Amino acid sequence: MLMSTEEVAVEETLINLDGVYRESNIQQILDDLDRELVGLVPVKTRIREIASLLLIARLREQSGLSTEGPTLHMCFTGRPGTGKTTVAIRMGKILHHLHYVRKGHLVVATRDDLVGQYVGHTAPKTKEIVKKAMGGVLFIDEAYYLYRPDNERDYGQEAIEMLLQVMENQRDDLVVILAGYKERMDTFFQSNPGFRSRIAHHIEFPDYTLDELMAIAELILRRQMYSFDAESRNAFAEYLSLRVQQPYFANARSVRNAIDRAKLRQAGRLVRHGGVVPREELARIDADDIRQSRVFQGGIDS
Amino acid sequence: MRITQGTFSYLPDFTDDDITAQVQYCLDNDWPLSIEYTDDPHPRNVYWDMWGLPMFDLNDAAAIMYELNRCREAFPNHYIRINGYDRRYGRQTTALSFIVQRPKEEPGFRVERQEFADRQVKYTIHAYATDRPSGMRYES
Repeated sequence: MLMSTEEVAVEETLINLDGVYRESNIQQILDDLDRELVGLVPVKTRIREIASLLLIARLREQSGLSTEGPTLHMCFTGRPGTGKTTVAIRMGKILHHLHYVRKGHLVVATRDDLVGQYVGHTAPKTKEIVKKAMGGVLFIDEAYYLYRPDNERDYGQEAIEMLLQVMENQRDDLVVILAGYKERMDTFFQSNPGFRSRIAHHIEFPDYTLDELMAIAELILRRQMYSFDAESRNAFAEYLSLRVQQPYFANARSVRNAIDRAKLRQAGRLVRHGGVVPREELARIDADDIRQSRVFQGGIDS
Repeated sequence: MRITQGTFSYLPDFTDDDITAQVQYCLDNDWPLSIEYTDDPHPRNVYWDMWGLPMFDLNDAAAIMYELNRCREAFPNHYIRINGYDRRYGRQTTALSFIVQRPKEEPGFRVERQEFADRQVKYTIHAYATDRPSGMRYES
């Protein structure tokens, strides 16, 4: 008797997870992410988890199980150029696809946009930015600048309090993402414990390996319709292995800058050479374009 | 007497969901919104007070609803309306304007007759509420 009622109950509430998953386009979003972002395994794993969580939350809601909307405020920590902003932009789109935010646009704010210059200037300024971000994602880059421990009368505290309030009360209206370098973020959280506890997802962006940096370079080149030949590929790999040991190395950003400079040299070389060149020559980066870099002489590229 | 001014004035009062939907419609059309309040119900009163500045560059209705709720807290017994402004060249006018809050009791208007030369009579209306000074008009 007991068995049969249980069976009926199960029968009534069967939910086709595969079907819902397919409808939600999650797989497509994740595939795009895999294709367009190199490496970043912990980040992708977390995004996959969040996507599943939101999917299940929606299903629970549809089948009448109580759901408290999950908080999705996030904190991205990582060294420069590890893709924090890029992922944040995507996050808006992903959350929009999953119906967690209504619009999915990204508003980028730094201390300048949030903190005012005189008494009573901060709250309206912060409110303005928060209102702009409603229905989307508010991305606060280098969030630790909000808090200046050395200056007691700093207005940053006011902005922080306002943000905390919004993160708590308007949870359904916007997602706040903080980003910054790991160590400074940690000290920031130590002095503002309320912030840490209101953020559910602390995601760390690891540095790229050499192979990943190389893949990023190829990706950038492909997107701009340039290409390496075998020699220049080797030269660039050599360049990277030297560059990563130098100070001020900013991961993907350094790769992009290096490519921009190589493009510059390529253009200079072609113009200097003059004459008639085949179409492929315009797209090809020569090993020489890379080997002229200061890095090979022991200097520093930005 | 329930006053009827602006768009949707002959419909029942809007719920917050209805207001949100209308506001979102304005935003989707790229019409900046503003919130105004008054306690002078005369239909020819065009000088409503502004609640903050008109709101530009917003994407989501939640931001306007937030401001509206602040305004409601500050003026629980005033008329409040929301205006959507179409700034496109060639239109440049208020595209939508509707009342989102009204006082609990609206005493209405009386007709006043003014005798004039040659036994003419001029008619005008006078809101009972305006007998009291501004700011105290709808307090019971």
